[in-house]
Amino acid sequence: MVVISDILVQFAQMTLVLLLAPLLTGVVRKVKARLLRRRGASIFQPYRDLLRLLRKEVVLAENASWLFRVTPYVTFAAIWVAAALVPTFATGLQFNWSADLIAIVALLGSARFFLALAGMDVGTSFGGIGSSREVMIAALAEPAMLLMVFCVALIAGSTQLSTVATFMASSEVGLRVSLGMAMIALIMVALAENARIPVDNPATHLELTMVHEAMILEYSGRHLAMIEFGASLKLLLYISLIICVFFPWQITTEGAGPLSYLVSVAAYILKLAVASFLLAVFETATAKVRVFRVPEFLGAALMLGLLGTLLRFVSRSF
Amino acid sequence: MIPAVTQQVWCVAALLGTTALAIATSRSRRSTAIVYGATFAISLVALAGALFSLISHASATELILPIGLPWLGSHFRLDALAAFFLAVVNLGGAAASLYGLGYGNHEPAPQRILPFFPAFLAGMNLVVLADDAFTYLLCWEFMSLASWALVMAHHREADNARAGYVYLVMASFGTLALLLAFGLMAGAGGSYSFAAIRSAQHAPREAALVLGLMLLGAGSKAGLVPLHVWLPLAHPAAPSHVSALMSGVMTKVAIYGFIRVVFDLLGPPSWSAGVAVLALGGATAVMGILYALMENDLKRLLAYSTIENIGVIFASLGLALAFQANGLGLAAALAFTAALFHVLNHSFFKSLLFFGAGAVLTSTGERDMEKLGGLIHRMPLTSFVFLVGCVAISALPPFNGFVSEWLMFQAVLQSPDLPQWLLKIMVPAVGALLALAAALAAACFVKAFGITFLGRARSPAAQAAGEVDRYSLAAMLSLAALCFLAGILPGVVIDALSPVAQAMIGHRMPVQANDPWLSIVPIEESRSSYNGLLVFVFITAAASLAVYFIHRFASRAIRRGPAWGCGFADPTPAAQYSGASFVQPIRRVFGTLVFQAREHVDMPAPGELRPARFRVDMHDLVWERLYTPVTEVVWFLADRLNQLQFLTIRRYLSLVFATLVTLLLALAIWS
Repeated sequence: MVVISDILVQFAQMTLVLLLAPLLTGVVRKVKARLLRRRGASIFQPYRDLLRLLRKEVVLAENASWLFRVTPYVTFAAIWVAAALVPTFATGLQFNWSADLIAIVALLGSARFFLALAGMDVGTSFGGIGSSREVMIAALAEPAMLLMVFCVALIAGSTQLSTVATFMASSEVGLRVSLGMAMIALIMVALAENARIPVDNPATHLELTMVHEAMILEYSGRHLAMIEFGASLKLLLYISLIICVFFPWQITTEGAGPLSYLVSVAAYILKLAVASFLLAVFETATAKVRVFRVPEFLGAALMLGLLGTLLRFVSRSF
Repeated sequence: MIPAVTQQVWCVAALLGTTALAIATSRSRRSTAIVYGATFAISLVALAGALFSLISHASATELILPIGLPWLGSHFRLDALAAFFLAVVNLGGAAASLYGLGYGNHEPAPQRILPFFPAFLAGMNLVVLADDAFTYLLCWEFMSLASWALVMAHHREADNARAGYVYLVMASFGTLALLLAFGLMAGAGGSYSFAAIRSAQHAPREAALVLGLMLLGAGSKAGLVPLHVWLPLAHPAAPSHVSALMSGVMTKVAIYGFIRVVFDLLGPPSWSAGVAVLALGGATAVMGILYALMENDLKRLLAYSTIENIGVIFASLGLALAFQANGLGLAAALAFTAALFHVLNHSFFKSLLFFGAGAVLTSTGERDMEKLGGLIHRMPLTSFVFLVGCVAISALPPFNGFVSEWLMFQAVLQSPDLPQWLLKIMVPAVGALLALAAALAAACFVKAFGITFLGRARSPAAQAAGEVDRYSLAAMLSLAALCFLAGILPGVVIDALSPVAQAMIGHRMPVQANDPWLSIVPIEESRSSYNGLLVFVFITAAASLAVYFIHRFASRAIRRGPAWGCGFADPTPAAQYSGASFVQPIRRVFGTLVFQAREHVDMPAPGELRPARFRVDMHDLVWERLYTPVTEVVWFLADRLNQLQFLTIRRYLSLVFATLVTLLLALAIWS
């Protein structure tokens, strides 16, 4: 019985992230538009975009190989699995223990690896420029992310997200300098990984400064839909990760009744709304930096992560 | 029942017999098939024997042969550590032999390779089996010389002659360091058998000196920075299956030597040993992969990536030393197991990648990635297995590289238990270096695969490529399968490694076979666990689900058209991103410091008709700052000493007399 309900909760989580992801993107776009005093598209526009893309035929470059056609599904699947493993409204999900925080980072790495390869598959210079910049950003973002993981794992004594969330939800944590640094580092990495301003602009096309969009330039139809869907999921994943590690209030821990699930789902959606609002405000208030300033931005994240980890060593109370 | 060690020595004898056979049949056209067939069979037998004694937790068996030094004989011993490394050696040997059955047919002068190939395998087996210092050093030199002969197989190419020379110098230097290390350990009594060295007490200063010498000796063979310079020259110069053996296996034999001396013979380590090994390992990992990124020769790129992996293994061994010195047995066992796991993984995927590079080389005649491209269409199977190797070496789940990397990070997270401040701060910093190296490795292999196999063909040779023979494909496919299996069933590997950790560290990781669903749990489930099988099943299920729904309910129409490229049709394949342009962002971030990379743009003024030029200057600082001065000093001294050759007989006699008097005086003062 317990196993069945656990699997049901896990399944609910997988569906929930899938359903919420486009909505989150829609909300961020809407808030940004309102901040710029535009009316903006409906918050449900991303769903319509996805459906439209799914119904269209794929225009495949003559030179595209099987890798190009497989990549959208592989990246989508890797991101979806990673997103399903981050506790959103409940900890102790049935499959949480199959991958910890380090494995989630690596799963996202797998998704990026294939996407970068697909960018080089057709053999246009746009794909190459996108891939080469993407791997440069990743080469700095991934260590920063892992240092953030070290910092959190050393404080919580675990890399298992369920344990971390349970620990962080308990009252014994308090305010810690190293946690604050880790949080800032994670937010910076999240901005870079999701191709947001100031690292990349999700709204540009046809500009030499673009990274992610250049890489997926040759995609169309259902393939593009999968990649866009994956990108939305990734944004949701990072926000869920920040929420789960640093703001796990009202998350359902093991042994709670069904009512608490309702409360925690509502709390999760509320937190997502706040986060998307903050993201939109931040993106509106900052400008995109040149591509060769990105290493400085990510270097700062790396240093914050390292400092957070070292502070943790200097004193247990930080 | 013959003892296990005797079986292994028989296998070595059979390999040496194959060398004789190769010489005897050198005129036959079937020589290639005979030799590789024989080494394949012998390696499989030796592999089975080694695996059996590893898994059955057999106790150590010894054998003394009355050859070698008269008062010592030759000692051989097979314990858990030796069994594991024998398995690595012979697995690599079997795969390389299988590959050689096909690849060897393309060889213009097979008699330059065939006699040395089994000898090289025999040498590596013997080093692992040796149980006294004399036999060890003899076999080490035998292994070095056999591999040197293989490096020189294509000796008419100027680069290869230089590679062979540098290799010879570095190998002699390494052996000298090992000789001194064993001399120190044997002490004044001169007890050279490993059993005697193991039971003797070693003073801390002596142990530190031995550690330094081992880092020089084994480190130069394994490729620790800054002793790595020969490796990217020599490994690619050999035929590809030998490159695979040198990179995937011989470096592991060097690591075996390091583990044997530092963990086994020297007795309990001091924590400062851990500091030195950690620092060297972390630096080697990052430097190795940065070199690899800048490289456009496919085989050299792989050789540099070997340096990175050696760094990762050494960093992990350093962690094990640090934990061991502080009595944290479980954490030490975790770090040690991670190192051994990575040894195994690297032997799988590096052999696989070198085989793939060899396949590209036979098919196109090119090693320069800037002249390749688009091979995924013409070599579908090779490109698939090469992709598997790239994913595995980039430490991405669900393949094997990720598991050892993950175990290593779990070991890094044990660092708060360490009492020393230096280590407490250093371990997470080295963890950061390892994370950086892993991320850069992913970038490097995106480049390696993307430039070589994807895009459009950059040369007529790449345009005309075709798939390679069945033997080569079989060897690559089986290694790819091993990469995958070790990735989804890591618990089996960890349990198989437990006797080695038990023997060297005195502790082992918890039994993984009891964990539900084949998860691996390094310490306890609430702290961390990973399940490669489930992750793989989830990804496959999610991807299949997506494919099914989309193809069932949405569109499945496809139209082929010219590439979009924002409307800018690239007229020639030369307009694609090249390897050098791919790494330009990373070169700007890291290269300005590490390689002093400078970009020069020569842009003609408007109206001028000459072409614009772009040039990048890079410097290998290790060569320029370390090796060039040393070479200059050696040249200078040699020049001076040269004058001694042209003296008259009277001067020679007076020199001899003066030397004699000086020595007698020294003796008189000394005693």
